[in-house]
Order: sequence, then structure tokens, then C-alpha cells
Amino acid sequence: MSTTEAPAPPETADAEPLPLRKTPTRKRLIPYWLLLPGMLWLIVFFAAPLVYQASTSIQTGSLEEGFKVTWHFATYWDALGEYWPQFVRSVGYAGIATALCLLLGYPLAYLIAFKAGRWRNVVMILVIAPFFTSFLIRTLAWKTILADGGPVVGALNALHLLDVTSALGITEGHRVLATPLAVVCGLTYNFLPFMVLPLYTSLERIDPRLHEAAGDLYARPATTFRKVTFPLSMPGVVAGTLLTFIPAAGDYINAELLGSTDQKMIGNVIQSQFLRVLDYPTAAALSFILMAAILAMVTIYIRKSGTEDLV
Amino acid sequence: MAATDTTTAATAPRTGGNPLRWLRRNIVTLAGLATLGYLILPNVVVMVFSFNKPNGRFNYQWQHFSTDAWADPCGVADLCGSLGLSLQIALWATLGATVLGTMISFALARYRFRARAGVNTLIFLPMAMPEVVMAASLATLFLNMGIEFGFWTILIAHIMFCLSFVVTAVKARVMSMDPRLEQAAQDLYASPLQTFLRVTLPIAAPGIASGALLSFALSFDDFIITNFNAGSTVTFPMFVWGSAQRGTPVQINVIGTAMFLVAVLCVLVGQVAGNRRKRSNP
Amino acid sequence: MTKNDQTQSSGGDVRLTGISKTYGSFTAVHPLDLTVPAGSFFALLGASGCGKTTTLRMIAGLEDPTTGTVELSGQDVTALPPYKRQVNTVFQNYALFPHLDIYENVAFGLRRRGIKSVKKQVEEMLDLVQLGPMARRKPQQLSGGQQQRVAVARALINHPQVLLLDEPLGALDLKLRRQMQLELKRIQTEVGITFVHVTHDQEEAMTMADTVAVMNGGRVEQLGAPADLYENPATTFVANFLGTSNLIEAEVVEAAGEELLLRAADTKLRLPAARCSATAGSGDKVLAGIRPEKMALAHTDDTGSLPDGHNQLPGRIKDASFIGVSTQYVIEAPGLGEISVYEQNIARDGRLVPGAEVVVHWNPAHTFGLDAAQDIAAGADLDEEAA
Repeated sequence: MSTTEAPAPPETADAEPLPLRKTPTRKRLIPYWLLLPGMLWLIVFFAAPLVYQASTSIQTGSLEEGFKVTWHFATYWDALGEYWPQFVRSVGYAGIATALCLLLGYPLAYLIAFKAGRWRNVVMILVIAPFFTSFLIRTLAWKTILADGGPVVGALNALHLLDVTSALGITEGHRVLATPLAVVCGLTYNFLPFMVLPLYTSLERIDPRLHEAAGDLYARPATTFRKVTFPLSMPGVVAGTLLTFIPAAGDYINAELLGSTDQKMIGNVIQSQFLRVLDYPTAAALSFILMAAILAMVTIYIRKSGTEDLV
Repeated sequence: MAATDTTTAATAPRTGGNPLRWLRRNIVTLAGLATLGYLILPNVVVMVFSFNKPNGRFNYQWQHFSTDAWADPCGVADLCGSLGLSLQIALWATLGATVLGTMISFALARYRFRARAGVNTLIFLPMAMPEVVMAASLATLFLNMGIEFGFWTILIAHIMFCLSFVVTAVKARVMSMDPRLEQAAQDLYASPLQTFLRVTLPIAAPGIASGALLSFALSFDDFIITNFNAGSTVTFPMFVWGSAQRGTPVQINVIGTAMFLVAVLCVLVGQVAGNRRKRSNP
Repeated sequence: MTKNDQTQSSGGDVRLTGISKTYGSFTAVHPLDLTVPAGSFFALLGASGCGKTTTLRMIAGLEDPTTGTVELSGQDVTALPPYKRQVNTVFQNYALFPHLDIYENVAFGLRRRGIKSVKKQVEEMLDLVQLGPMARRKPQQLSGGQQQRVAVARALINHPQVLLLDEPLGALDLKLRRQMQLELKRIQTEVGITFVHVTHDQEEAMTMADTVAVMNGGRVEQLGAPADLYENPATTFVANFLGTSNLIEAEVVEAAGEELLLRAADTKLRLPAARCSATAGSGDKVLAGIRPEKMALAHTDDTGSLPDGHNQLPGRIKDASFIGVSTQYVIEAPGLGEISVYEQNIARDGRLVPGAEVVVHWNPAHTFGLDAAQDIAAGADLDEEAA
């Protein structure tokens, strides 16, 4: 989302020159008045809390006596030392779910963009419509789908696939619920539309004649995909993976509803530290570590994928 | 070479009866449809289980067919209250975020000013941040300011995270609009205010509408941020979350299904109306 | 595929046999036989929707023909997908890959065929189209004319047997188009590859091509050298679409010997029998056609001094427009409607102003005859809107 839009603003602003010198003061202030309320809202309720959170993370004290800033950076080390498995799990689950979303979402986006023809709108509606049922209800439905006695587990058992997944450590015994598989399955499901929509948008922009041109220049369909379609869809791939990975890494709902205590992610820890244990400094430190980790990964990722080079 | 021979030789592979070849040719379509199935399956389950009559407190296993829940959707304590609260918050949050977001979009798309980069960053960050981080930060602030959690804290939080999405949607629309349209309006004797009301706003309307729709959906369905900032107030997602622990009434499936059907119906009606309009004045 | 690389300088011939294309109930191309000789510059000319682009795409393999076969150099390629055909296309609006620079766009085809060292060939090809210094730019940084040349280079570097051009100059402005027409013609002569060029611009087709096939409604109306098509149109469509024609409805009075004697609104006209494409006996209706620039105007007072044996039509000047090299007159001829006459501005007669009574006259040898059972206005206003 950022990558495709970033270059646009300065250009369009230049397209309509408004010479600052000549405009009267009243007119010159218009943009600031327009910005003021919204920006204030974001500064007070988004930026300031982050700063506040930063200071909380280095406070010590207790609920009864109150918290004071004591520059206690040890909270970060303690938090990392105690909860590193949850961190690793979050990044791992979110990473796998993102990869699965890309793998599953790409054919669907491709189908809508190039193959659906007059069914395009119908398929589009079917992709968006699940949004309108509360995602918590839909996540609970996975409890039914993956239930121990249900048809999915039955089929997997009959095919002895659960033995394989158990051996790999992603399921346990002859069940799917309360295992990493269920959590990853839920994450993948929940964030799939966030992958499909940007992918579709960037695929739809590709001139179909480019496919024909590639075929005309001796590229087989697979090569055409590798050399033309996929590179041209990179903005969608980058936007989709970010839109999937970031919320998935901070999610605690799927782990809570579909997993057991062994699948807790960092979101679960922050939530319980904040809402149940009421250890605010630790919750603040954990969210800062999560934020920093995600920002770092996203930055490296955007650099690596080199999207600024694309149209 | 005889013409008839080559014709049949040429047509054979095009109609090709080989199932393996058919599979290879349609593999992308089949994979896409499978993904679509994966996306739709939970909705189907929710719908089917809205007709269930479970034995225990949890509606996870099929027992008997029954329309009891449909006959009495508010039959569970607090359910419809939480639904009403969620709708109310979503409406106000949509209104707030749409007004503030549209103003920012116009400033970004139509004016030059200092600190543009800063404004863009501040718009972008909430969308790139895990919800749980925003939620905990804001809750910390409220907590320390001694503000009581409830309706207002939820509303403030919802406007905050919906704002960026509105800006993105509206800005894209206004940016793609030809600035010469506004110049043309002024050339045709429209004052700046008339230009805005009669030209700019109508053209930006689809962007504003999609931003508002997105806000409503995001606010109505939000759980994580609400979870941190609601105190003891129970919105619909909070109710569902609580019921996952205490026992899931069939009524939540009824409401989930009804929302799904209403949404699909709205989209379909909109689509048909749009098609008809397109046909009557091409 | 690679064995053909040796025969780079000679093009292949294209033979279409009974080829047709239908979409549902709509027939884009009616069964069609067409042979494009090796090394020729062949143009498919017609208004939009006449089936010319569909025909081209069937040769390229981008469209499956409903019936019929496509042969390239005697080899049936109907069942081959585009990436296995020794044919390359210059697409309308070029379809350059936006994510690749000019160099990689041009190298694309070579790389797909597994050729490792492409540097020398790409550089030579970029020199041929005079884009050497642009190699590392992206397509969107180039002007329309430059993009067009990249598209040609990208296709030509593969030494196809046939180069297909789909309205390659359509997106360029008039001046650049003229320049590129000559440029393309030069390249074609230089490389000797068969060019099949699709266009709606009759002037473009006539300037560039050795052979032009005029298409209309999914059929080839007429095929031949540009001058031959212009001088001897076989149908009213060709007569009107290629340049302008005056078509006069007439009845055959006498059909004996080498000339037909016609009567059009009480005026006697003569037509060489060899130039009448309709079989006309006495009493039959025909259309007598004359190009406006082949006619001359004389004031009624000068009727006596007209050359012997010229066809003559009396009329009155309705409109005259001066366009530099010539003056175009619209003459109202009683009973025959309007007639266009283009007079070269050599000796301008001051009496030829609107309202003047005149005689239109021309050498009967310049008259052509068409079957009267056709739409007289077919193709008249098509070439403008097709753009």
C-alpha cells in the first residue's frame, strides 16, 4: 500500500502550481485548517500514546504504589528472556501463514483478473462477503470444521496424514485443534483477503497484450509467468505480504481460539500482561520489541524486493 | 498436403479430450476455486449451524435441525444490546473518521504545505502497526490520564484507526481527478465554494463512500483495540469472544448469517442498479 | 526452431487456407484463402472491425482459427502455440515490458530460445533502429516513435520468417508516421523478411506495401498492387475506401467491340469493355466510376473546344475549395447528383466559381465499370472513423 502510492503525491502537487507568494494569508492557511483536526486526533491518540508507552516500558513500581520512570531497561531483557519462544512462534506462524496466503491467494487473484470473465464480479463478491460476518464467528466456525470427530480430521486420519504431521511436530496425536496446524490454518484464513485484493489490483493492471507479446517472443506459459506476470505483480505481492504478515504477527485471537497454551503468540502475552497480570511495563516493553522487530523486517523486505524500481 | 487432412489435424488439439491435458490447462482456475472454497467454507458452516439445536452450551457439534434461534434472535441476554452498541459505535466512528479523513485527503491532494512527509508518515503508520501495539499504547494513556473506559474510549480508538483508511481511499480518488475540471468550473463562473460543492465533492464521492464503508466494517468488526479500551463495555465482537469461553449461543450464528446475507444482497442490488444505469445512459 | 536461424536473410511465405474465425454467432473472418509471397511487404487494409487484426492474430497464433490452416514456408503451424512459431509481432501500442529496460526488452526473445551471448546481436539491432544510447532506459522514458522502434527491434532480432505489424504507427502523430513509414520500408528492404502489416490507413498501406488486400466485413474484397487497386477497383467498397470515386449509375445501351456505350441521365458515356468488372449486356445497369483528379472542368461557353471523344457531363458548380496544390469542386449534375472534381492549380479559370454552368469532361479510358447491384456508398466514410 505504501510502496505503490509513495511516489504519487509530489508529482500531482506540482501539476497544479499554487504560487505561495501571491496567495493571501487566509488562503495559504486552508490546508493547515483542513489538516488540523485529523492530525491532532492522530497525534493525541496515536503518536502520544506510543511515546507514553515508551516511557512506561522503562518504569518500575506496582499497581498499589504507582509506576515511576526509573530508566529500567532491564525490563526489555527480562521480557525477551522470558518470552522469546512466543516471539519466535509469532514470527514463524505469521511467516508461514503469509507464505500460504501468497500460495493460495495468487491463483485466486489470477483467476479473478484474467480468467473469470463475466463471473469476475461474482467471485469478487464471494471474496469480500465473508468480511461482513464477524471474523470471530468465522474463526469459531473453524472449531467446528477441525473438530476431533469431524470429517476433516476423519479424512486426514484415514489418509494417515496426521501421523505425518505429528512426526513433523505441527499436530499432536490424532487431532488438529489445539495444535500449530490449527493456528496457522486460522491465521491463513483470516488474512487471505488482505493478500488477494492487492494481488488482484496489481494483476488487473497488467496489459494482457504483454502476455501475448511474451508468447510471441518464444516464452512458454510458465516462462511468461516467471518473467513477465510475476515481476509485474510485485507491488501487489509486497503490499499483500505486508498486509498479511503485520497483523498476523500481532494476532492473538487465532492462538486463543484454535490453539492451546503451547501455541501462545506474543499478542497473547501482551494481552494477558496488560489486561490480566496488569504488569504494564512488561506489556509496553513487549509491544515495543514487537513493533521494532516488525519495522526492521518490513524495511529490509521492501529494500530487498526492490519495488521502488517498478512501475 | 490435402486441405481436409490438415484441418482435422489442426482442430484436434484445440478441442483436446485428454483429461490430463485439461487438468494442466485449468490448474490455475481449479486452484483459485479451491482457495475460494476455503474462504467461503466457514460462512457455510456458520449458516448451517444457525439451524442447530446443540445439547450443551457450545454450538460446535451438529445435533438436531431447528429454527428456534432464528425465531428468537435476541433470546440470549446482552446479545442484541451488544449488537446495538456496536452499530452505534460503528456509525459514529464512520462519521468522525470520514469527515476528518476527507479533510486531510483534500489537503494532501490539492494543496502544497510544509511537513507533507510528516503528515504522510503519520497517516501510514497506524496501518503498518500491529493492532495490539496501538491498543496497548492507547489504553496505557487512558489509564494514566484516569479516563474511564467505555463508549467514548472505544469511539476515540475506532476513529483513530479508521482515519488512515479513509485518507487512503479518498486521496486516491481526488488525485486521479483532473485538476482542470476545477479550473473549468471556475472559468464557468463558479465560486470556490460552488466549485467544491458542485464539482469536486461529487467526483470525490465514490472515494468517500468506499472509505466510509471500510470504516464501518473495520469499526463494527474490531476486536483487539476494543478489547484493550472497552473496560466493562461489551460490543458485539466482545460478546462473541466472551461466549467462546462461556458457551456459544446459536443466536450468534443467526446474526452472523443475517449480516452476511444482508451484505451480499446490498452488493447485488447495487450491482444490478449500476448495470441498469450503465445500460440506460451509456 | 533454431535451425532456421541460418536462413535469416530470407523471409518465408504465409499461406492461409480456408481460414475463418467465429465468436458465438458473430463471424469475424469468413473462410479466407490468402498467400503472402516470401520477402514481400503485404498490407491488410480495412476499417476497424473488418477482421484484419483477427487474421493477423491467427497467423501469430494468438487466436485459434475456427476452420482452416496456417502454413509458414510450407509447414503447417495451425496447432502450434505462438511461442513455437517463427513469427513475431509488433503490437498495437507496442506492449513493451515496463519492468525491463530497452536492452532486456530486445533481448527477451533470444534469451527465451536459450541463446546465451546476446550482447552483440542486441547492440547491432539497437543500432539498426538508432537507439544504441537508450539501451538502459525503461520503455516509459521513451517517446512514442522510439517505443515503436524498440517494438520493431524486439521482434526483428529473432529473425522471424514473417514479421506481423498490428497498426504499428497508429499511436504516432502524422509527421512521425510518415517518417516511420519510410523507416519501416527501409528496414524491410534491408532485412528481406516478409512483412504483414495491418492498417486502416489507405495511404499508409499504399506507400509501404507491395501488395494490399482490402478487407471488409470479414472478407477480402480485392487484392493487388496498390496502383492496380487504385486504378481498377473491383467493388464499390474498394473504389470508395481507397481514395475517392465518382460512381455514376448508368444503363448499357450498346455492348459491342472494345467499348461499352452507356446512358446516364440522357448523357452518353463511353467505357472500355476491358475495364468493366461486371458482365454487362445491352440493357444492363452498371456503375461508371471516375477518379476526381482524372476529370477536368470547362466553362459552358468553352464546350466547343473540348478534346475529341471525351466523356462530357453538364452541371453547375455548387462548391469550390482551394487546398493549395489543387482546387476541389463539387458539381451538381442534373439527374446524377454530386460529382467531385479535383483541378490542379496550373491555369486557374476565373469564371469557375460557385453557380457557374460547367461541363465536366474526361478521357473515356479512365472510366471503370462496376456491377450496379452493390451499395453505391460502401466504404465511403470509413477511413476517417477507423482511427
